[in-house]
Amino acid sequence: MSSGMRLRGLMRKEFLQIVRDPSSIAIAFLMPIFLLLLFGYGVSLDSEHIPLALVVEQPGADTADFSAALHQSRYFDTRLYDNAGAAQEAMMAGRVNAIVVLRADFAKQLRQPDGAPIQLIVNGVDANTARIVSGYVQGAWGKWLEHYALQRGLTPDVPVRLEQRVWFNGELRSRNFLVPGLVAIIMTLIGALLTAMVMSREWERGTMEALLVTPLSMSEVIVGKLLPYFILGLGGLVLAVSMALFLFGVPLRGSLWVLFAASALFLVTALGMGLLISTVARSQFVAGLVALVATFLPAFLLSGFIFDIGSMPPVVQVITHLIAARYYVAILQTVFLAGDVWSVILPNALGLLILAAVFLGLTWRNARKRLE
Amino acid sequence: MATTGQIALEVNDISRSFRAGARQVQALQQVSFRVRHGLVTGLVGPDAAGKTTLMRLAAGLLLPDAGNISVLGLDAATQSLQVQGAIGYMPQRFGLYEDLTVQENLDLYADLQGVPATARAARYAELMRMAGLEPFTRRLAGRLSGGMKQKLGLACALVRQPALLLLDEPTVGVDPLSRRELWDIVYRLVREHGTSVLLSTSYLDEAERCDEVVLLHEGRLLAQGTPGELRDSMRGRTYEVGTANADKRTLLARLARTPGVLDSLIQGDRIRVVMQDAAPTGLDRLLPEAGGIALKPTAPRFEDSFVALLKANGGNDIAPSPPAETPASHTAATHPGQPVIEVSKLQRRFGDFYAVNNLDFSVARGEVFGLLGANGAGKSTTFRMLCGLLPPSGGTLRVAGADLRHAAAEARARIGYMSQKFSLYGNLSVAENLRFFGSIYGLSGQKIRQRIDWALQEFELSPLAEFTSGDLSLGYKQRLALACALMHEPDILFLDEPTSGVDPLARREFWSRINALAGRGVTVMVTTHFMEEAEYCDRLAIMAAGEILTMGTPGSIKDQARSEAQPEPTMEDAFVALILAHEQNEEKP
Repeated sequence: MSSGMRLRGLMRKEFLQIVRDPSSIAIAFLMPIFLLLLFGYGVSLDSEHIPLALVVEQPGADTADFSAALHQSRYFDTRLYDNAGAAQEAMMAGRVNAIVVLRADFAKQLRQPDGAPIQLIVNGVDANTARIVSGYVQGAWGKWLEHYALQRGLTPDVPVRLEQRVWFNGELRSRNFLVPGLVAIIMTLIGALLTAMVMSREWERGTMEALLVTPLSMSEVIVGKLLPYFILGLGGLVLAVSMALFLFGVPLRGSLWVLFAASALFLVTALGMGLLISTVARSQFVAGLVALVATFLPAFLLSGFIFDIGSMPPVVQVITHLIAARYYVAILQTVFLAGDVWSVILPNALGLLILAAVFLGLTWRNARKRLE
Repeated sequence: MATTGQIALEVNDISRSFRAGARQVQALQQVSFRVRHGLVTGLVGPDAAGKTTLMRLAAGLLLPDAGNISVLGLDAATQSLQVQGAIGYMPQRFGLYEDLTVQENLDLYADLQGVPATARAARYAELMRMAGLEPFTRRLAGRLSGGMKQKLGLACALVRQPALLLLDEPTVGVDPLSRRELWDIVYRLVREHGTSVLLSTSYLDEAERCDEVVLLHEGRLLAQGTPGELRDSMRGRTYEVGTANADKRTLLARLARTPGVLDSLIQGDRIRVVMQDAAPTGLDRLLPEAGGIALKPTAPRFEDSFVALLKANGGNDIAPSPPAETPASHTAATHPGQPVIEVSKLQRRFGDFYAVNNLDFSVARGEVFGLLGANGAGKSTTFRMLCGLLPPSGGTLRVAGADLRHAAAEARARIGYMSQKFSLYGNLSVAENLRFFGSIYGLSGQKIRQRIDWALQEFELSPLAEFTSGDLSLGYKQRLALACALMHEPDILFLDEPTSGVDPLARREFWSRINALAGRGVTVMVTTHFMEEAEYCDRLAIMAAGEILTMGTPGSIKDQARSEAQPEPTMEDAFVALILAHEQNEEKP
């Protein structure tokens, strides 16, 4: 009975502090809004409007036709140059990302049996974009050749026809998988960073010492911190999910309750990480740094939120299994874009459960009612 | 119910050490003592004596390396939860949540201590009346003054009437008036509820207020007894020497080297002398040119017995070695020099709050001038403006002939500054610290080598030159900090609470150096909330709420408080009287 009184007192204090301290409100609500707007609008992994230099050494009907095809594509912003030197300068200056050169004998070569060669020079500094550009140009070239052959009543020289169907994210919008991943990052922030900071704040201000000399048990201290930030975290989740659905139009193909159950589970894991950090770090500065390096950065880089885990080196792939956000990102992307696919959700939920147990267990073991 | 005389707390052969980097620090070494029921026991000692460690061990927050502590019959290490359910404890910074209101803080601790809802209203009313916080229950704790925070912290520790109350340095940094109020509350608790109190303090004058005293020094028990018992050993050995027609610093330096003198100390315009034995000998030969000196017997103080105990135990690691007497006869007290610091109508505003308002004073060359006030009185703000670190909002400010509004850098080159925290680089060696502070003041080559040699010699730091400064003891850190501040031979020395918390021997050693510097014409400016330090100044200004309440020599300030009821007022009596008079003035429209 008096344990209930102690917990209630502790939690009421925590809520009052949350309400009065702008920094925890900022982390819980402003940070998600900022991150979602940044990634939803500012960052796009789709390559569109790539600046492309088109060098036409001798204009003619065929070159005009091809350059019109490039112009129409939403992937390219084509600029015309009449010699390769000027185009190269533009590439050096970073004004264009690739150069397509149509030689003077383009029209003649086109009518030869083995077709016309075009030259493609790609800025390879960013290997990823370079690959995408080269693929897009090849695609545009192939499509134009096919079109060209059909116009002239010839059979296009295509032995196998590729029919593409994109599943889950039909429009190939990067926003559709970035936003669910972001929810995981936000939950990590609220869960780990905030708990680690508010715990170390108690050490720093000397209030922990006063708490510890009351009849409060260590498990009450842990629960008293877990519950308020669990509720705050769910608030952040509702905000992030609403923004995803209504502002960014990300489809939710699975069910809402699965989304919330998985989020609650992840939140407990993240809170566990934060509490574990706070058993070691006694100043807000150290706690903040440790939380960023140990939870936020790995969640960003190793969770599959942006970088596909399948294409990481095998050693790194093994390490990702220690990152709680990895399981949560997998569940979120599935629930948002595919539906309640239990064969994905259940193993990942199990991973979260194990990590939560490990973190909270370690916290339990480390947290003593002593000052060191 | 336990009665007076029974044992509330028993410390048996406690030892405890901590790791500090690569070093093992012995915080407590085989300490044993008892705290009796229904009394106020003072745990007295300078910083690093082991007071806080002992408090935390008693509250079950730390485990001892050896020995045990029995609290109200419970073992502090194995029955921590029960102990914590029975005691009240106020940690050093009061343990308040500053973003919660007074009422919310009380509610929290009432919940944590399991105070039944039905008993609360009466208890809150009693505590708030006792602490004088009734009008402020809705105010955020962070917006309270230092003294009010201290009383709220106490109220929170008392929310469930404890049988034993542990107070860890409850009076640090609060004004003397609040200190007195706290002592009144503590004694009322003892009287009305039979509470046992263990209170730690580094203020030696507070030891005299306790029923019993446990004196700790560097982790060891030095003495235990009533303040009277400890004082009595010094009876007949304490005297005061008037300095009306002699230079007090010269006299002090001579007294310190006289055989048979255990301790000598400036007290305003007099010198307090403690003899090794009861009969003073040879003192009249000290100042032949002044026609001998008059010795007036005076009452012994607790501090005298502490000094005697420290010296009897072979002193501490600081061997008090008074610096050579300076031939200087031009000290400000006798020959007021030209003003070096001139302040008029100085103001500093933060928003609509005046941290400093209408300050007027000037300090002459070679003078030791003190600013005395509680935390928040405006001392630090004034200091920062004088050092050119903070621009004033109004008024004029001249330091070493330079107007700080235009030539702050020029003035700073002639200022040495030593803060309470000793801004040393803990992971640099002693010599490296000296070299660094010399180099930032533009010393180089032959000159800097010369000054480093001087500092190592003068402050007896040569054997420690390659020692990591973070591992030095408090007294040596203080020496090094002063040496660093003097590397560029400044004309003006600013000292921010230079000796609060250090033991009396180290404090005397420090001040003998300061006196020597003043004798050589260095102007010294001191801020402090420590009454004892104020006595060492030539002149001082007492500050409260950003204003100067009074200014003068320590003797003349004490004279203002002299009355029939108080024939021999202390500096604290004078301070309290001034604050009370000031508050009455404020209340009048």
